[in-house]
Amino acid sequence: MAMIEFHDVHKWYGEFHVLKGITQKVEKGEVLVICGPSGSGKSSFIRCLNRLEPIQKGQILLEGKSIHDKSVDVNELRTEVGIVFQQFNLYPHLSVLHNVTLAPTKVRKMQKAKAESIAMELLERVGIHDQARKYPVELSGGQQQRVAIARALAMQPKVMLFDEPTSALDPEMINEVLNAMKDLARAGMTMLCVTHEMGFAREVADRVIFMDGGKVIEEAPPDVFFSNPRHERTQAFLREIL
Amino acid sequence: MQYTFDWKLVLSGEYLRWIIDGVVVTCQLSAISLVLAMAIGTLIAVMRLSGVRPLVWFSAGFTEFFRNTPLLVQIFFWYFGSDAVLPAVVNQWLYKQNFEFAAGVIALSVYTAAFIAEEIRSGIFSIPRTQLEASRACGLTFLQAMRYVILPQAFRIIVPPLISQALNLFKNSSLCMTIGVMELTYMARQIESYTFHGFEAFTVSTLIYLTISLAVSFSITQYNRHFLRTIRY
Repeated sequence: MAMIEFHDVHKWYGEFHVLKGITQKVEKGEVLVICGPSGSGKSSFIRCLNRLEPIQKGQILLEGKSIHDKSVDVNELRTEVGIVFQQFNLYPHLSVLHNVTLAPTKVRKMQKAKAESIAMELLERVGIHDQARKYPVELSGGQQQRVAIARALAMQPKVMLFDEPTSALDPEMINEVLNAMKDLARAGMTMLCVTHEMGFAREVADRVIFMDGGKVIEEAPPDVFFSNPRHERTQAFLREIL
Repeated sequence: MQYTFDWKLVLSGEYLRWIIDGVVVTCQLSAISLVLAMAIGTLIAVMRLSGVRPLVWFSAGFTEFFRNTPLLVQIFFWYFGSDAVLPAVVNQWLYKQNFEFAAGVIALSVYTAAFIAEEIRSGIFSIPRTQLEASRACGLTFLQAMRYVILPQAFRIIVPPLISQALNLFKNSSLCMTIGVMELTYMARQIESYTFHGFEAFTVSTLIYLTISLAVSFSITQYNRHFLRTIRY
């Protein structure tokens, strides 16, 4: 059984048909990189998986179970699918540590001491445990994004979504975030990453898909995708960004 | 005949005690009403944004009704009309308390809540939507996201207009003299009737209102400064 299955998923924003029949399978532990021009629907695609975006047609299965089933508690689903946003979206009024412990203590009703020790482990894993008492505003963009990764991991999700996690960062901070993501990939996390970091894709992706106009138009392992793209649109895109 | 000022008369003995009693009642009236107004205002603001139709309609109606009718009318309404609108049990309980005071508290808190709800709503709007999205994405419910993420930030941002509301409430409390709440203005008026030294009595009460208002506004601003520094997106 695949970890995630998309069956002919359609989504409209009003009149705008943003996803035109996405059918995809992601296995447990697989790292999928999604690229494509802006407006191609790649963010919408991953955001459907934790129901941040509703879909109008089709089916999405997580571990074989429809995520839109009536019996599914959306908040429970979201603890299983972590997401990291382009703009970090940390809670500015809470310390770094508290950013990470908020959901475990409130959603999972975890004891504060236990949540904090888990949070410290995660912060250490992404290399910022020494900043735990600071506020987000005191951290660099790269550090903030690593806190955001730790925050998502704190719920022990089965899948992690990354929505252009490095696009808002200064170039010298991109690598620290990518390294945290690579560690996660190597640890066997199932990951869907919307990113244009082709170095990352080459190194850890199992598969790269290229989206345009709400459809997946090319799909291949990274070495094939980069060396021998079949579709003309993909070739043009790769020429632009490489 | 010339008017001779007699400050000592107002500032000593029984009349001074009246003024002090009045200040205590004014502060009690304002403090209790402010706490209630904040609670009701928050509730109304969250209802307004909940997206649940009946709650949205109720909260919008509440706000528009109470901020578009004169406070004095509302005070009379609760004082003379509470029999008709509140359940008998509540009324009986109120009569056993200080009924004037209770009617004043209800009127002031409901009236102020209507304004505070609007301040809170605009505060919530000023928080980027991505904050709600990020907290919901971690599995927090709408109410948990409000409680732990959105409202704590919104409150810090709207402290300046909230101070204005608190000060308005504090000054508006003087209207409760009309239903016999023995607060500061009532006492000043009483001193005037007993001594004909209304000028002194009202000057003293004006200075008291001014001092308390300035002190409250200054200390809250100082307190909030520390927090505002961290709120950046």
